[in-house]
Amino acid sequence: MSTDAAGLVKILEAVADKINENREFLTELDSAIGDADHGINMSKGFSAVLEKLHSQEFGDCGAILKTVGMTLVSTVGGASGPLYGTAFMRAGQAVAGKSSLNFDDFIAIMDQALEGIKYRGKAQRGEKTIIDSLEPAVEILKNEKDSTDRKSVMNKALNAAKEGVEYTRSIIAKKGRASYLGERSIGHQDPGATSCYLMLQAAIQKIKEMSG
Amino acid sequence: MIKITKPRDKKGIKMPFFDWHDSCLLIINVNIDVYHFEGGLEMKKLINNPEHVVEEMLEGMVAAFPGYVRKLEGFNVIVRADAPVKGKVGLVSGGGSGHEPSHAGFVGRGMLDAGVAGAVFTSPTPDQIFEAVKAVDGGAGVLLIIKNYTGDVMNFEMAGEMAEMEGIKVAKVVVNDDVAVENSTYTTGRRGIAGTVFVHKIAGAKAQAGGTLEEVKEAAEKVIANVRSMGMALTPCVVPAAGKPTFTLAEDEMEIGMGIHGEPGTMRTKIMKADEIVEHLMSKILKDLPFKSGDEVAVMINGLGATPIMEQFIMNNKVSKILKENGIKVHRTYIGEYMTSLEMAGASITLLKLDKELKELLDAPADTPAFRQL
Repeated sequence: MSTDAAGLVKILEAVADKINENREFLTELDSAIGDADHGINMSKGFSAVLEKLHSQEFGDCGAILKTVGMTLVSTVGGASGPLYGTAFMRAGQAVAGKSSLNFDDFIAIMDQALEGIKYRGKAQRGEKTIIDSLEPAVEILKNEKDSTDRKSVMNKALNAAKEGVEYTRSIIAKKGRASYLGERSIGHQDPGATSCYLMLQAAIQKIKEMSG
Repeated sequence: MIKITKPRDKKGIKMPFFDWHDSCLLIINVNIDVYHFEGGLEMKKLINNPEHVVEEMLEGMVAAFPGYVRKLEGFNVIVRADAPVKGKVGLVSGGGSGHEPSHAGFVGRGMLDAGVAGAVFTSPTPDQIFEAVKAVDGGAGVLLIIKNYTGDVMNFEMAGEMAEMEGIKVAKVVVNDDVAVENSTYTTGRRGIAGTVFVHKIAGAKAQAGGTLEEVKEAAEKVIANVRSMGMALTPCVVPAAGKPTFTLAEDEMEIGMGIHGEPGTMRTKIMKADEIVEHLMSKILKDLPFKSGDEVAVMINGLGATPIMEQFIMNNKVSKILKENGIKVHRTYIGEYMTSLEMAGASITLLKLDKELKELLDAPADTPAFRQL
């Protein structure tokens, strides 16, 4: 299970498509507890990402992820831009200079993405953020990194992310605009946790497809 | 999704137009486009295209005040016409658009060096803020004045990190004057609203007087520690790109303690008399710091966009009585639009407790498009 730069671009294309397909859905989630622009802004960002990825040739996987991060930071705006932007930039640093990626690299990418989001957002699990879906998935990837059945590890990680999204319905938002709602934020799933799950879903599906 | 169909009609009407200083009265011809939105909502706005509002506004501002400000080519950043000012600490603020004249209107001598304008109610991105920092760094470092919103804080922090990597000395302060939001170290905390303008004024005066980056930051933090605000709304506002109100209020309702982006407030009630509203806001503000007998304050009554000056003076009439009853002396009062929320009707009250240093800095001259003081 490994991929070169062209394969990584394909994975990122799948992620971008997933975000674009869910533009309205994410915006709707955000209108309940935020300012109704998460899908709009993310879709704007990933459209710019696609343009950037198609406008040049890449050999270095780290450079690809860094480009994605920089593009998101300068196009998404709000809080999601710096958060996802930092995540991709950190992920890029984790695999800087590599022309191909294996499963360990994938785990390093996810781990550094999580660290980047924690650093930028100063948030932790249980505050109704991206971290609630991302961290459970990363934990499974790290704990089971030596497993030979990688497809099942990825499925389990994705499932954990999905449960994380569900979990956000039950808790009070402590970060971002949703936090002004206090208890009124309970019952709504977090748009950021959701977009993170969707991105992971698209990436994992593509990785499984590509590895046959 | 809301789709704009073609404008229904164009009406040429004449309307009086005051500039920010009421120094001249112009009669201009305007065309009002009435856009139709799916779902039957109508948005009446004096715009050409929701996607171009920020850029067109900034260009119009530069055209009006060429001696004061210029726009950085390719960025939604307004800087002092003479930026960078050599040897002076640069002050950069900004945030989502829709709060005009904040922040670009306060760019000029004695206040800000740059104002960065994001999309309406959306934080500007770090690359835009970074350009502003580079353009105003006169060698003495740059202070970032940030309103406490998750997005603003992250984007400004990233810009600060980018600037530091280029060897520019950067400091930041975060303004959180809105007493409507409960404070807690575990949450996002209080929002930054109109009190931010006092931070611009006082930190700006300190920088103009030759203060170092540390001194300018200290002055800004002193303001933040002593400034409290709270607002109320009679009507919501419509973000151009969204085409529908940020919240809804019945004809006879008002929202107390809402944010300047239409975030929910602390209380929704039947509309009250101006004096009752002021009493409610003032009781929250006064007991928060708390302001005490013998204190000296600056007062700001800030219209949110669609509140007549008459009503702002009516509010101030009660504010000044309450302050007098409490033995609090008013040093200066500012009335008008400083930190708006598009066409929202409503106002906020801000009190800043002054000491000798803050008084001197507040009284220092400032000359900007939206704030002039001799």
